[in-house]
Amino acid sequence: MAGELVLLDFWPSPFGMRSRIALAEKGIPYEYREEDLRNKSDLLLQMNPVHKKIPVLIHNGKPVCESVIQVQYIDEVWHDKAPLIPSDPYQRAVARFWVDFIDKKIYELGSKIWKTKGEEQANAKKEFIECLKLLEGELGDKTYFGGESLGYVDVALVPFYSWFYAYEKCGDFSIEAECPKMIAWVKRCMQKESVAKSLPDQEKVYEFILQLKKVFGSE
Amino acid sequence: MGEEVKVFGYWASPYSYRAELALKLKGVSYEYINEDIFGNKSDLLLKYNPVHKKVPVLLHNGKPIVESVVILEYIEETWKHNLYLPQDPYDKATARFWIKFIDEKCFPTLWLAAWSPENEREKVTNEACEYMKTLESALNGKKFFGGETIGMVDIVASSVGYFIRVTQEIMGLNLLSADKFPQLFQWSEDFANCSIVKESLPPRDKLLPFVKGLIAKYQQDNAKA
Repeated sequence: MAGELVLLDFWPSPFGMRSRIALAEKGIPYEYREEDLRNKSDLLLQMNPVHKKIPVLIHNGKPVCESVIQVQYIDEVWHDKAPLIPSDPYQRAVARFWVDFIDKKIYELGSKIWKTKGEEQANAKKEFIECLKLLEGELGDKTYFGGESLGYVDVALVPFYSWFYAYEKCGDFSIEAECPKMIAWVKRCMQKESVAKSLPDQEKVYEFILQLKKVFGSE
Repeated sequence: MGEEVKVFGYWASPYSYRAELALKLKGVSYEYINEDIFGNKSDLLLKYNPVHKKVPVLLHNGKPIVESVVILEYIEETWKHNLYLPQDPYDKATARFWIKFIDEKCFPTLWLAAWSPENEREKVTNEACEYMKTLESALNGKKFFGGETIGMVDIVASSVGYFIRVTQEIMGLNLLSADKFPQLFQWSEDFANCSIVKESLPPRDKLLPFVKGLIAKYQQDNAKA
């Protein structure tokens, strides 16, 4: 069933991390290929001609683009191992809602925090914390968003943790101070090998952001 | 059977329309509640969609489902006849890709192209045309995105095929033209001519003045800014 699996990715991408975690959770072997986004490979351009973006999951030569679509695809094809998405339609709808919420808010707000200054940054920080608090509410007393095991929402959200240190340094605030339940959940996730091995070191991500800030002149 | 299905929507909303069309395709009866989204949203709407406070909301046996694409997936998984998503995981992933493309690129850019002031319009229009060319390629000689029958991509593409076409008429634009995008244009005709679609779309003669009013207000507000 596995066939040939290749993941075209870029090490700091939280979107790529989602697919890495999903594949690791299910113990599926694959080839990881690092893309240089300033010099995209012919394969990437061929496999994702519409967006020319990573991650791209190539299964038996056929590309699946967009991280949320990849995670759903992985869950459907390897459905008997560590299911990520609930089987009940209503629970699925709830999970999809929160993944959609994460996609609409977290990346964009996080980007504003490291890219901007002054009032724009302050507003982004405020809204970012509000969104994390909403997510904390959804988590409630559960171990993971998926209940007793890692689920779709966990996989979609936890990659952003690798960027938290960068957001905190750039925005001069503490996410843990504002959202302790969120950080407690992160720590539980990081105890899982599938997550720990898929997320890069936070300091490395921060250094990468600093490089980007130099290039884009927002110092 | 004792199933309670309600849709909180807005008659002119392309997103609200998706939920209704999906239920009609499945032959599911539902109660429709029109929300006054520009005036006074009901307490129920705010209760069922506290995060976004938007329509559509699908209420099934008291449980709310929100966000049009999430609603479409829920309807497909709950009423498992007249399926509108492919069964094969790869084909399903492809359908989801085009749905995301329509919602994140095509539709927003086309709206902008219609609403932008003249001096900004050209750049957005060029971008919109690129997206439409790409969307057209997804048809790949088929009658509908779903093949011989309407699929989930077609339901979502109604935003482009109908609502955008109406908006264009008002603005005197011709973005989705038969000569520039023959396949996509033909698709929008075939789609709107399906009986189930025809009887459920908001009527053109009501929609035209409504969108005209919205655009005028938008331009007025932005002129003041």
